[in-house]
Amino acid sequence: MVASQRSVLLGLRAVLPIQLGVVPFGVISGVAAVGEGFSADVGLGLSLLIYAGASQLATIQLLSTSAAFLTILLTTLMINLRFVMYSASLAPHLQHLPLHWRCLAAYLLTDPAYALSLAHYDLRQPPPQEKVGYYLGTALGVWLGWQISTAVGVLVGRQVPREWSLEFTIPLMFLSVVVPTIKDRPTLGAALTAGILAVAAADLPFNFGLILASVVGIGLGTLWEGGEREPG
Amino acid sequence: MNPDEPLQVWLVIGCVALVTLALRFSFVLLLDRLTVPDWFRRSLRFVPAAVLSALIWPAVLGGGSELELSLGNERLIAGILAAGAAWWSRNAMITLSVGMGSLWIVRALLPS
Repeated sequence: MVASQRSVLLGLRAVLPIQLGVVPFGVISGVAAVGEGFSADVGLGLSLLIYAGASQLATIQLLSTSAAFLTILLTTLMINLRFVMYSASLAPHLQHLPLHWRCLAAYLLTDPAYALSLAHYDLRQPPPQEKVGYYLGTALGVWLGWQISTAVGVLVGRQVPREWSLEFTIPLMFLSVVVPTIKDRPTLGAALTAGILAVAAADLPFNFGLILASVVGIGLGTLWEGGEREPG
Repeated sequence: MNPDEPLQVWLVIGCVALVTLALRFSFVLLLDRLTVPDWFRRSLRFVPAAVLSALIWPAVLGGGSELELSLGNERLIAGILAAGAAWWSRNAMITLSVGMGSLWIVRALLPS
């Protein structure tokens, strides 16, 4: 048996308070897709196939501004790069699983599933079957919450007139994600530099200004933080 | 990419999905064959702040085509108020409400 039933239920329950954050984000993902004029199946498909909120919204925004294909892919890569870290932290706990289970586990990987599971492993040191079960429970809980709320968002969004500009929820959602992460000067520097540069370079072809601004912002933040860590 | 061409839209979604899946799979499938370099980990911290900021402000200032830096720009006003709300509340619902609310109110007050 791959996972104990009890641990799956434990995981599902653990994720319940997290749904308060998952559901609004999922609803906005559906609303924003329809708000930008995409069809319902595109709105649902984004959540099923990509299954990553920030990059879904970025994809919707970039598609609606006719951004270059490569820009969209690079932006996705940057936004979702953190999944590499999550994958690295989670892999040791799942390495005994057969390939198809690892594939499922990987597809379901999200910020809350990762955070809850790693915390649980650290706290309880459970045996392998319980680790897998707990992770699957949290991951499935988030997945269900996300897909259902996207569907709700798509349905609601379709009833609302275009003049309400529901696509404006995309930058608003980004603001609500970014602003709380600005806790030190390097991060503030990264955010301001990237924001200003992106606006200044907005007329570059292929939306290259977006990539340029992001890379410069990340580089500046990294160097600044490195400088602050140096003694003296 | 043309957003009005369903085939192109699905192609983009498919490729974005594959990239994301590859990132999720990276260690889970490759196991110990890779190590994460230190600079990667340190840089990763700044990715959300930089990338999302680069997405937010052009969208707030122009919605994709031309940029309007005038103070009459309803999106700019709503964006600034929403940023303040995000800072003060750290809550997505409040940020969204303030942002959308001020957009609609400013729009109603400044017909153009």
